[in-house]
Amino acid sequence: MNTSTLRRIALPAVAALTVGLTLTACGDKNSASGGGGGTTLSGGGATSQANAQQTWRANYQKQNGGTINYEEVGSGTGVENFSSGAYSFAGTDAYLDSDQMSAAKSQCGADPIEVPAYVSPIAVAFNLSGVKSLNMDSKTIADIFAGKITKWNDPEIASQNSGAKLPDTAISTVHRSDESGTTFNFTDYLSKASNGAWSADPNTVWPSSAKGGQGADGTSGVMGILTDTPGAIGYADDSAVKADGTLGVVSLKVGSSYNPPTAEGAANVLAASPPAPDQPPTSMATDIDRTATAPGDYPLMLVSYLLACQTYSDSGTADTVKGYLTYVVSSDGQQAAAKTAGSAPLDSKLSDKATSIISKISSGS
Amino acid sequence: MTATASPERTESTGKPRPSQRGDRAFAAIVRVAAFMILAALVAVFVFLAIEGWSGFTDVPETYAPFTSFLTYIEPLVVSTILASAIAVIVAVPFSIGIALFISHYAPRRLSAVLAYLVDLLAAVPSVVFGLWGGRYLAAYLQPMQVWLHDHFGFLPFFGPGPPTPNGRSLFTAGIVLAIMILPIITAITREVFVQTPRLHEEAALALGATRWEMVRYAVLPYARSGMVSAIMLGLGRALGETMAVAMVLATTPETTLNVIGVASPPTIAANIALNYKEATPQRQSLLIATGLVLFVATFLVNYVARWVAGRNARKMAR
Amino acid sequence: MSGAAMQIASPRLPRWAPGLVGVMALAVAGLPAILSGWGVVAWLLAALLVFAVAMPLWSRLVEGRRAAVDRLVTTLVWASFVFAVSPLIWVLWVVVSQGLPAINVDFLTTSMLNVIGDEQGGIYHALLGTLLVTLAATIISVPIGILTAIYLVEYGARSRAARTITFLVDVMTGIPSIVAGLFALSLFVLIFGPAYRSGFGGAVALSLLMIPTVVRSSEEMFRLVPSDLREASYALGVPKWRTILRVVLPTSIGGVVTGVVLAISRVIGETAPLLVVAGATDGVNTNLFDGRMTTLPVFIFSQYSSSTPIGYERAWGGALVLIVLVMVLNLIARIIGRIFAPAKGH
Repeated sequence: MNTSTLRRIALPAVAALTVGLTLTACGDKNSASGGGGGTTLSGGGATSQANAQQTWRANYQKQNGGTINYEEVGSGTGVENFSSGAYSFAGTDAYLDSDQMSAAKSQCGADPIEVPAYVSPIAVAFNLSGVKSLNMDSKTIADIFAGKITKWNDPEIASQNSGAKLPDTAISTVHRSDESGTTFNFTDYLSKASNGAWSADPNTVWPSSAKGGQGADGTSGVMGILTDTPGAIGYADDSAVKADGTLGVVSLKVGSSYNPPTAEGAANVLAASPPAPDQPPTSMATDIDRTATAPGDYPLMLVSYLLACQTYSDSGTADTVKGYLTYVVSSDGQQAAAKTAGSAPLDSKLSDKATSIISKISSGS
Repeated sequence: MTATASPERTESTGKPRPSQRGDRAFAAIVRVAAFMILAALVAVFVFLAIEGWSGFTDVPETYAPFTSFLTYIEPLVVSTILASAIAVIVAVPFSIGIALFISHYAPRRLSAVLAYLVDLLAAVPSVVFGLWGGRYLAAYLQPMQVWLHDHFGFLPFFGPGPPTPNGRSLFTAGIVLAIMILPIITAITREVFVQTPRLHEEAALALGATRWEMVRYAVLPYARSGMVSAIMLGLGRALGETMAVAMVLATTPETTLNVIGVASPPTIAANIALNYKEATPQRQSLLIATGLVLFVATFLVNYVARWVAGRNARKMAR
Repeated sequence: MSGAAMQIASPRLPRWAPGLVGVMALAVAGLPAILSGWGVVAWLLAALLVFAVAMPLWSRLVEGRRAAVDRLVTTLVWASFVFAVSPLIWVLWVVVSQGLPAINVDFLTTSMLNVIGDEQGGIYHALLGTLLVTLAATIISVPIGILTAIYLVEYGARSRAARTITFLVDVMTGIPSIVAGLFALSLFVLIFGPAYRSGFGGAVALSLLMIPTVVRSSEEMFRLVPSDLREASYALGVPKWRTILRVVLPTSIGGVVTGVVLAISRVIGETAPLLVVAGATDGVNTNLFDGRMTTLPVFIFSQYSSSTPIGYERAWGGALVLIVLVMVLNLIARIIGRIFAPAKGH
């Protein structure tokens, strides 16, 4: 009885194992296409760069082999892991503050490299059937997101949009529920440009004083609610809004004209913005000028940086980081990201400066 | 029980023989395994406490947009209680109805199939319920919630403020939770219903009771504490269920009792799932600290539920 | 109707009465349904309402108050059942109808590595991750679970320690899955640093959820083993541990395996703990101990979160595969249970 029982058990077990092994043996078609060998690089950080990083990694890996990992863990954790040495490079939406800078410096042994990699306008998008574009000044946007304007046909909106058919529907605002660089840049813009209509301090977390909105996880979560909900308005990376294509987009009042989000507008603002104070020469950290007024400017935007050390003990790591970052800030890399992630390519002056900083990466100390 | 008592005796009277060494070793292995259960539960508490401790009293920035642990967790606790309450209120009548249906109303041949169907409901993974809740149920329940707001908006649970524009409310999340805890409550109540002594039921029927009177006077009183225990277990499950809420709810940091409003704070469990990804080490500790609170709460609920069930079993055994 | 019958039993409605009222209720509710263009669900709800009023009312007139209450409760009990089964059917229908178009050979044999934009991608990496993590969880929990059950049945008997452990096992079944995930995260983060994520962490979390199920089902099976078998073995001078391994375990093996397979089918769909400790990655990772590992439920969640049409499609495809996996496991458990059903009349 004993042996026959075991045999009866063994048969299905062997069958299951065989199925499992066959499945494993099939292999993954996608990984077969990657080049073999090379160094494995681990990095991570800001989720805003996720789409762009995917493109850069895919292109870089296809050409040069090796494996580059980018974990979407958020800016804070990315910087933390960079400073502890767990990541060889990291992405962050906010440039390093002095504490983070000294931690990174002691890990790297010298001033860390901080270059802009991903520049993108943030679109204020809405879901109103038949309306593809609306004009708003920053005060109107602040009032909507603070819950002071609650109907689409509110005079404050109507007065800026003569001719637009504004329905009597309720406005429901959508914001990020997680910590996010997009939220930081959006609230930073509102607090600096809205002449006091927005009272909360800029923060990566949506302020609790702004009443009555729906929170959603990640850019994609915001997009999900926006596309599902008539009468909704929210802010999201412009690339996501363009990729979706069904939502209306707000043109911001800049100076005396209303400008839609454009890559050039964001790039121009970045080029004209002053460098952040107290930064080492290897850092390109910038304080974005939220009140820029030049024609076409779009100051509601996000700059995401890449962090790296000037020296790595391992020459393979040093070469791969150098090669990868050089590709990212090159016009090839920037164009590729612009195509798949809809980012604003760095202009040649910024790109050249970044390339020259990255060229300082070397092995040994 | 007798089977296990007799071997114990033989062991104690026999003289030490080589085979007893094997016995001792095996007994030791088995004991170690059993006490690992105890160790695991203690470990859950200890490790959550170690990693989460700093989350209870960190610098104010950690709790953004709030400033302390209590203000941070308060909206989450309110939502957790509201969502679980909706789940239990909706699920309990249905569960008892189904349990009765399977145990006393359905044709005998059908009831086995039906019991299997309910088990099937329990086998559907929570992420699939979340997917369905977010993509279908929310939009489907939205008009109903607008109706509730229009007619019962004076109640604190259905107003003030506009009703949900897309159905992604705590109410919808609660309904999904209700569907998920329904099989558990049903399974346990069904079991107690079936255990009602046949004699009581037949005596009631013989006295001329209708089927409902038989259920009411013979089955329900017998099963009362079993039902309480089942409801508590369902509550425990609803408190800790994560994905359904995380995938359905539109969130806000603001505490609100309005379950059909535009947005509600997430439940404790959903809040962890929604924020773990971008968490800095400080936030991670904070999330683990809220997890510890959830663990203690569900532990207590389950403890009471099992205690009630155990007391009932002891009473019946007498 | 004869007078004699009247005196023995009170008047009863004919057997076909509920059917008649049902048809009439559907017709009555059908009128406004057609006029104001309700959906099928609203029509059925209205019909139910009409039935729940008309049936007891008729019964009240003919059979009296008590019978009317009985009829009402019968209606409600039937209705509650139909209500509860409808979401199940709805969910299954949606999963099949939305998931089927997404599934093809490439979907099952490619990962999401280097998949950009609207390219199809696949679940190969997630499928592999789910199998590995679940296998590891099974390897951890089955020995602990079965040995604990042996302790409870064969050694602990009525001791205080055994009662406490039985109670703790019951309480353990109620641990929220996300807490199990946080526990594994805390444990490994404490050892390996804050950025640690791995499939093995997920397996530890899942075992915490799986062990109580295995203990309970094996315990039940061991108790079913007739004591004559044990005593016969002892009488032949076989030591206790060999009796357990050679007699008790083989006799109950079918039930034990059924319990284990059911436990696997429960944890294979767990999302929250894996989201927290195993994370997600685009490519295949076959190393349980190092690096993020995507599992099928987490894949579904992250594709749902992407909120794009292609993401939703992938999520539904993944959901269908997951449901099929769970159902197949349930079926296997049932078949094993039937094959090894304790033979009657030894």
